Amino acid sequence: MGTILEMRNITKVFPGVKALDNVNFKVEAGEIHALVGENGAGKSTLMNVLSGIYPHGTYSGEIIFEGKVCAFRDIKDSERMGIAIIHQELALEPYLSIGENLFLGNERHKRGFIDWNRTHMEARELLKRVKLNESSHTLIKDIGVGKQQLVEIAKALAKKVKLLILDEPTAALNEEDSNNLLELILQLKSDGITCILISHKLNEVMRVADSITILRDGATIETLKVGTDVIDEDRIIKGMVGRTMVNRFPKREPKVGEVAFEVRNWTVYHPVIPDRKVIKDVSIKVRKGEIVGISGLMGAGRTEFAMSVFGKAYGSRISGQIIKDGKPVELNSVRQAIEHGIAYLTEDRKNAGLILIDDIRHNITLPSLKKISRRMFIDENKEIMVAEEYRSKLAIKSSSILQKTGNLSGGNQQKVVLSKWIFARPDVLILDEPTRGIDVGAKYEIYTIINQLADEGKSIIFISSELPEILGMCDRIYVMNEGRIVGELSREEASSESIMKCIMQSNREVV
Amino acid sequence: MEKIGTTIKNNMRQYAMLIALVVIMIFFQIATNGVLLYPMNVTNLVLQNSYVLILAIGMTLCILTGGNIDLSVGSVCAFVGAISGTLMINMKMPMLPALLITLGIGFIIGLWQGFWIAYIRIPAFIVTLAGMLIFRGLTNTILQGLTLAPYPKEYQMISGGFIPDFLNFFGAGFNVTTIVVGVVLSLLYVFMALKKRKERAGYGFENTHFLFFIIQCVVVVGGIMLLAYWLAAYKGIPIIFVIIGTLVFGYTVFTQKTVPGRYIYAMGGNEKAAQLSGINTNKVLFFTYVNMSVLAAIAGISFSSRINSASPVAGQNFELDAIAACFIGGASAYGGVGTVIGAIIGALVMGVLNNGMSIMGVGIDMQMTIKGLVLLVAVAFDVISKRKSRT
Repeated sequence: MGTILEMRNITKVFPGVKALDNVNFKVEAGEIHALVGENGAGKSTLMNVLSGIYPHGTYSGEIIFEGKVCAFRDIKDSERMGIAIIHQELALEPYLSIGENLFLGNERHKRGFIDWNRTHMEARELLKRVKLNESSHTLIKDIGVGKQQLVEIAKALAKKVKLLILDEPTAALNEEDSNNLLELILQLKSDGITCILISHKLNEVMRVADSITILRDGATIETLKVGTDVIDEDRIIKGMVGRTMVNRFPKREPKVGEVAFEVRNWTVYHPVIPDRKVIKDVSIKVRKGEIVGISGLMGAGRTEFAMSVFGKAYGSRISGQIIKDGKPVELNSVRQAIEHGIAYLTEDRKNAGLILIDDIRHNITLPSLKKISRRMFIDENKEIMVAEEYRSKLAIKSSSILQKTGNLSGGNQQKVVLSKWIFARPDVLILDEPTRGIDVGAKYEIYTIINQLADEGKSIIFISSELPEILGMCDRIYVMNEGRIVGELSREEASSESIMKCIMQSNREVV
Repeated sequence: MEKIGTTIKNNMRQYAMLIALVVIMIFFQIATNGVLLYPMNVTNLVLQNSYVLILAIGMTLCILTGGNIDLSVGSVCAFVGAISGTLMINMKMPMLPALLITLGIGFIIGLWQGFWIAYIRIPAFIVTLAGMLIFRGLTNTILQGLTLAPYPKEYQMISGGFIPDFLNFFGAGFNVTTIVVGVVLSLLYVFMALKKRKERAGYGFENTHFLFFIIQCVVVVGGIMLLAYWLAAYKGIPIIFVIIGTLVFGYTVFTQKTVPGRYIYAMGGNEKAAQLSGINTNKVLFFTYVNMSVLAAIAGISFSSRINSASPVAGQNFELDAIAACFIGGASAYGGVGTVIGAIIGALVMGVLNNGMSIMGVGIDMQMTIKGLVLLVAVAFDVISKRKSRT
């Protein structure tokens, strides 16, 4: 069998960021090809280019599929060629049945009328192929994530898929479901279906893959072949993280004081699925003037942890203790959390951080209106003063404080959110992915602001998926995986390898 | 100081509806041979539309929280009318306790609907649709399908009465008190505006161009005095006018200058961001609907006083008039954008259209059609101009 897919010199640029830089990627027919790399290495971008989500013309380079040069305009184009992608967030309609979902957009019909008999008959065949023992009439919302994943694969099979792309398929699955899924991928391989597997779980990759391509910073590092190359996890990890760092982070002399904030035995359940534990017995502490990192892969539970601490903004049946300045405190609402000097900067600034249709001024003062009002009346002049102060202090590039935040660039938006929380004068600042989607220059500015805050004696909890950032900024690092703290590293101990090892080790314990 | 050109451009959209209102008024003034702006007709215009003006204030707040509307207000008006009619006409209760009970009932209705909307999170559309049926039904139960009339004199005064001309010492042929009130309000406006400018200058903030400030003052003072002249030439200031004026002023201050007012805008702008900024959005939503029903009760009192009867068919389609007024006045159907003043202007646009077309003898069928088109065009204008300003 020859090469089924070749991607040549793919370069994809987003405003301010080169997400892919001359990537070359070659997949043999009938193999399972793993694609590994850190968050932000460009794996998903590469797959989006391949599947036509980023249409031809928005990137440079060539895609050759089954010997033909392809120019996909959208995902339908790539599907017609037999390429199917299954995203991390499943794209199923919860209130439709399995059968309806399998043929969504691809309905079995007779002259425009849906042929329900054929739909369910073919659905039964497909479900048998993916070994899913459910009626095709069952609604998607009534089956678990593991089974939903299988439905996604069956849906791809319904489209006569030749190349199946799975983006972190086991991230949300438990051990048993993960095992079944891997078995299924091997089964499909023996049926002649080629598969690209994106995964952070190296043990899974080692188990099923025939080749492994490592991406880092938007470039291909190497492709390893099982059987010819010597492959072990250390080599892969080295390839994933081995990058040089020069002055990407401002210098800072940490002046760390006594413990200011502590969370003990924190356990949180999923808000909707009642018996799913999201956070399992997490304990952390932060000192005055200290920047403490929480590292981990996507879905490790960091955001859920932070939000549940921030006045129970996430989760249900929360148990555990919060101790601030030596005294236990109850934070039952966001308001209470703010009043106790805790601030949480969301990872999702557009949907949860800013009011995009409102101006810079109103966004900055929103959590702290009491500071600028007498009784219930807002002192508008004071408000303008505050907004002007932060606009110049944080160098928010804008026409004026009356500019709508929706029209600002990502970096400036983030500065507005930072201003908002700095003005709330917290003692503890939880920063969730504070530099996500921001260009390098603005990142440096934000790092500088964070360092200043720490120097003022504030305690910073710094959540980030980018290892270099965590390593460059933090005095101490907690490693989180699957809702648990799986490691605590001092600045000296911390390295990309040691963090990755903590995660991989805990994964091994689970599988 | 800003350039005059940019000032005008920045304020253009804000004033677009006001300009449209003036244009519509000029059109009908010509088309009706001057009847539209007869002093008597101007007074009538306000009296006829008093209930929409009151409802539009509350509806603005509902829409601001996230495009939520209240379909029950018409039925609540009728229900409240039925209560006041039963108390005052059948049971001969004095006015003050009757009014307090009536307003209290509006408050309780608000608690009921607010509970389902804010705490159980049933869409406002559904809860108030249910309310529309429930309170229409209860109105009929209370009135047993009959109309109660007439109300005592003092109750009729709410909508029909005028402020007595106690300043007319020399027997002038017009209402002196009205003119004096007009002058006082004008001076108050200029004084407040100057004070604000001075304060801003004191903080070192930019002010609008002084020429623009003068124009603004002239327009506002001119508007106040023109209205005072019209009212003075007829019977003076209607009592309902004072009530509406107080409500408009109070709610403008509330929405623009207070912390809870800001919370309403924040919730409509981005509920999640508001929650993560420590705002209890359930509470905001709850009180917005409590407030709406209290205002519906006030509107119900004013309407029953005006028609001098408690009728089982009162208040039909009031909710639609109020909603249309808000959207014509620039409120966003997604929440977070809109003003009380805008809704008042929107209500006046509809009122002038109604009144003007009636004078011209346009049939009720065409009136509805034209009002529908105006609503569509006004919102389309808003949507398209916003899209342009973004690119």
